[in-house]
Amino acid sequence: MTESEIQTAIFDGLRKIAPETDPRQLRPTENLREALDIDSFDFLNFLIGLHQRLGVEIPEADYGRLTTLAALIQYLSPKLTGGSAKVS
Amino acid sequence: MPSLGADMTEGTLVQWNVKVGDPIKRGDIIAVVGTEKADIEVEVYQTGTVEKLIAQPGDKLPVGTPIALIHVEGEAPSPVVPEILAPKPAGRVKASPMARKLAQDLGVDLEKIPGTGPHGVIERHDVEQAAQAKAPAPAGRVESAAPTEPVAGMRHAIAMAMARSNREIPHYYLSTQIDMSVALDWLREFNEKRSIENRILPAALLLTAVAHGLVQVPELNGFWVDDQLKPSPEVNPGVAISLRGGGLMIPAILSAQQKSLEELMAALRDIITRARSGRLRSSEITEGTITVTNLGDLGVETVFGVIYPPQVALVGFGKIMDRPWAAAHGMLGVRPVLTATLAADHRATDGHRGAQFLQILDGLLQEPGKL
Repeated sequence: MTESEIQTAIFDGLRKIAPETDPRQLRPTENLREALDIDSFDFLNFLIGLHQRLGVEIPEADYGRLTTLAALIQYLSPKLTGGSAKVS
Repeated sequence: MPSLGADMTEGTLVQWNVKVGDPIKRGDIIAVVGTEKADIEVEVYQTGTVEKLIAQPGDKLPVGTPIALIHVEGEAPSPVVPEILAPKPAGRVKASPMARKLAQDLGVDLEKIPGTGPHGVIERHDVEQAAQAKAPAPAGRVESAAPTEPVAGMRHAIAMAMARSNREIPHYYLSTQIDMSVALDWLREFNEKRSIENRILPAALLLTAVAHGLVQVPELNGFWVDDQLKPSPEVNPGVAISLRGGGLMIPAILSAQQKSLEELMAALRDIITRARSGRLRSSEITEGTITVTNLGDLGVETVFGVIYPPQVALVGFGKIMDRPWAAAHGMLGVRPVLTATLAADHRATDGHRGAQFLQILDGLLQEPGKL
């Protein structure tokens, strides 16, 4: 899976829980939950959506690392492509 | 037109989910009603057959107006529609003593106004609203337009309920700090064995502890009606949920005291999702017996809540934060600490009882495996 496809999956997931927002406006290092006003339940729903769509296991211990778009892509890329990714 | 909240005076029938002749049973969703806050699915409380649909989609009607006739199983056909849909009975109007006195003082005819209390009882604020409505506007006053946008409507509904709360309820507040290290460690271990779909959030653990605690302190779980406390046999915590478009809903999780931690987590996820997509049911709006507000996600340390009338208490949770904490043998350590608060109605309970509740809550969270 390419970085662009991972990003599309993330944006789709964010649009599902925050439909009035445009995730494309997010800066890579911006805190997702603060920027989109996502509470812990919606964040869990978002991660469940990613897990179901991408088939990636996301242990609870890793939740705290997934705070930004860049961190999410960096976390998911190796699990889906076998390599690392950079977000510009 | 059912009363779907202490602040509701009228509603708009959005759609019927049934037609004449349809068999219906208790719990079926027969209609959708639009309120200032949201569209709500209306459940029926008895079993029978739809005899007549009186109201049409788009009709805006005062609370208490019959919208349908239902032939209840085993009874002669009658215009009595089940419980929340029931029109006011003929004869003596149901009103609180205070409402009767105020109506007499203000010259309000109780026969002509809807009651928004439990089972359509007319309460003080219903009379005050009616009196305001018939009073002429003062000269020179600029009348603002009635709120038409959903958010403006919701703001108005919240304003009415909260103003009534501050007007009528003598609040007292208590807070305590709870060491959450045992609870969070237990939860971490519990979640490690589970798929992401079945993991539990701390908010669900807190809600479970509240439900169990209220079984031991039932005076905080119920309503203040007709100048007396009426505890509820069911613990139906209303969960304050902020909506993405602005505003707030407080749907209740019914019979929470009978649910396991996993069931409560599933119920929370379900109700939050439905609240935000406008698919709540009438019983979830009308049967809350206490409110639980958790603002920890936003970094709030302490919640000082306003009780949702006619409830008698609100439990607030702030953020779980690392804090210095006196550990064993006089040593100082750092622990994840939660500030839990209780806002309670002093007519129904005293601070001593409220403090016992917070103590029980703390105790329950020190033994999370038993919840």
